Amino acid sequence: MNKDRRKFLKMATATVAAATILPSVSEASLEHCEEDFDNAFGVLVDTTVCIGCRNCELACDRQNELTDHPKSYFMDNTVFDSRRRPSVESYTVVNSSFDSSSTDNKSFGKIQCMHCNHPACVSACIVGALTKCKHGVVSYDAWKCIGCRYCMVACPFQIPAYEYKEALKPRVMKCTFCYDLIHNDKKPACVESCPVEALTFGKRGDLIKHAHVKIEAAPNNYYDHVFGENEIGGTSWMYLANKDFINYDLPKLEEEKIPSLTESIQHGIFKSFLPPLALYGFLGLVMHSIRQDKKKEEENDEQS
Amino acid sequence: MTNSHEVPTPINVKYFSKGAIVLSFLTLIGLCGYIYRLIVGLDASTNLNNQFPWGIWIAIDVASGVALAAGGFTTALLADVFHKDKYHSLTRPALLTAMLGYTFVVVGLLADLGRYYNVWHPMIPSMWQGNSVLFEVGLCVMIYLNVLYCEFLPILIEKFMGHVNLPGILSRYNSLVESLLRISNRTLYRVLSLFIIAGVVLSCLHQSSLGTLMVIAPYKMHPLWYTPILPLLFLLSAISVGFPMVIFESILSAWSFKLKPETKTLASIAKYTPFLLFCYLSIKLGDLAIRNAFGYLTEINIQSVAFVLEIGIGVILPMVLLFQKSKRHSIKYLFISACCIIFGILVNRINVFLIAYTPPFSNDFYFPSLIEVIVTVGLISGLILIYRFMVIHLPVISVQRVKFNIVTDTPKSKATIKG
Ligand code: SF4
Ligand code: SF4
Repeated sequence: MNKDRRKFLKMATATVAAATILPSVSEASLEHCEEDFDNAFGVLVDTTVCIGCRNCELACDRQNELTDHPKSYFMDNTVFDSRRRPSVESYTVVNSSFDSSSTDNKSFGKIQCMHCNHPACVSACIVGALTKCKHGVVSYDAWKCIGCRYCMVACPFQIPAYEYKEALKPRVMKCTFCYDLIHNDKKPACVESCPVEALTFGKRGDLIKHAHVKIEAAPNNYYDHVFGENEIGGTSWMYLANKDFINYDLPKLEEEKIPSLTESIQHGIFKSFLPPLALYGFLGLVMHSIRQDKKKEEENDEQS
Repeated sequence: MTNSHEVPTPINVKYFSKGAIVLSFLTLIGLCGYIYRLIVGLDASTNLNNQFPWGIWIAIDVASGVALAAGGFTTALLADVFHKDKYHSLTRPALLTAMLGYTFVVVGLLADLGRYYNVWHPMIPSMWQGNSVLFEVGLCVMIYLNVLYCEFLPILIEKFMGHVNLPGILSRYNSLVESLLRISNRTLYRVLSLFIIAGVVLSCLHQSSLGTLMVIAPYKMHPLWYTPILPLLFLLSAISVGFPMVIFESILSAWSFKLKPETKTLASIAKYTPFLLFCYLSIKLGDLAIRNAFGYLTEINIQSVAFVLEIGIGVILPMVLLFQKSKRHSIKYLFISACCIIFGILVNRINVFLIAYTPPFSNDFYFPSLIEVIVTVGLISGLILIYRFMVIHLPVISVQRVKFNIVTDTPKSKATIKG
């Protein structure tokens, strides 16, 4: 090992050391300021109250001008024979709960975009076409969208649907939380249409309190859990039920926010560009020093 | 020293061999499928649906395409950064593959994007989305593609420098163009190493980030593949497939152009591969053990079979083969191992993006449509055709090796091959 090599190795170790220390310093500044989710809007769905009338589906359809199905379409009860998913034709669908053993005790639940506090779809979107506003709404800007459908891969509730049939301007389709209505102090169309108040619209913080009061008042009537209070860091839409939430197509989820892992990997590798730059510098040094060595060898060869 | 003075030369063969005709046919069909997709949209041309938004265009054309183009940066790392000069003859074919590979990744991706005409959006700062893994992949691939073009430029210049002969009235600019070429050649050679290193760094970044992509779907991924170290596994497997890809191509083009395969160089570069595979395998199995996921292998289903296929044929078999020196020096076994490794990577990427993707609420199932298949096949065929065209017309393949029939009687003489 000659002198140059040793000098180079020293420098190389220094760069690597710098690369590992510096990002951890800059990390502190990356902390997101926690948003105020208590004051964001939300909806509490009480599946024990829902009667499966599908009025919300109709209201949603009309509000968002999704189809021109006649009213009778939304009164057809045979849809409950299968389990439907939200689609480009319906931002929300009502399904009956799984246990069909007792026909008279059927319960229902509607599903739609949950407007997550820490939405995986927003974190995934390559161009920021999906955004979460401070009122809690996760909304979509078709103009920016490139149609990669990574948001659909990311969403843990399998909500976004895609207009595959559109050849030129396909859109990602999902519940809009009636953005325009609620920004004008109105309720979302589905909530407004519900005849039995299975849906309660309000500030998310108040809804959580309200839900727990409901459970306490009738502990035999409810499963002791508010779905969406803590799941994946909380969602704007929350559910009450008297049996496991999987019966209403709500998956079992941990409290860990979905994007936190990818975002920390991402920021670890990328933010402040130090690790890539360090690798660049390191490889540059290797290349240079070996070239120098080679040159010297050649000179020596020539002399001898 | 003297025997390393091989020069890359255009290969003097007829373009349309039987194979090339078949490939042209496949490319043409693929092109029709591609145009059909652009006209009628995704629903009529693919089997994608709301529960399975990604299909083989992402898993094969994009993810596997990027992985299999890794020969470019791994060879550059070895030959240019670490100055292992004996591998220099392999850098140009590897560079060409990477350049074409990435170009076709972008072409394939465009077919898959619902709004392909918006593909430039991620480059506009107001739409940058630093949290998105896909954004990083996209940007890195975009920059790397340009780096590859810059790295390839000297080869083009080399071809035309000294022979600039513009047609008609343009010929008065001959000397101007000539001197421009000379200047750019000189500057390019000076900054080439900067590009080479940039290429390596960018490759490491996006090869690993491709693995991070699926980390965002923990509740939809089968536990045999879902791990937070997916990026590391993707990077390691990409590095492992780099040299085998170079070997695979080198043997194929030797066979197709009737050249003598560079057994020695290939055997020598193959010696790194079993170690890389070993690293990859031990991390992958170690991770399974830590996550207690081995149990899933005892269930017999499509996932466990796909996993065993991926590891058994794609990693363990070639690793065992290449650990043996005698096998490394046999063109047959080199080729078999390279094929196994490439197959393994392909299956791995398909596994991660399709087989492992098992969303909890799905009535439908995804299986590629005919159009999806013909477009994918067409893209691969098209890539090979352009590769063939380029090595026939540009100085890419090093021909210190001589034609089969000559080599027997004049083993030591250097071949003179016309350019
Ligand atoms: S439910 Fe899905 S689509 Fe809706 S905000 Fe959450 S991640 Fe996004
Ligand atoms: S499909 Fe559109 S909205 Fe969804 S991630 Fe891609 S660019 Fe964003």
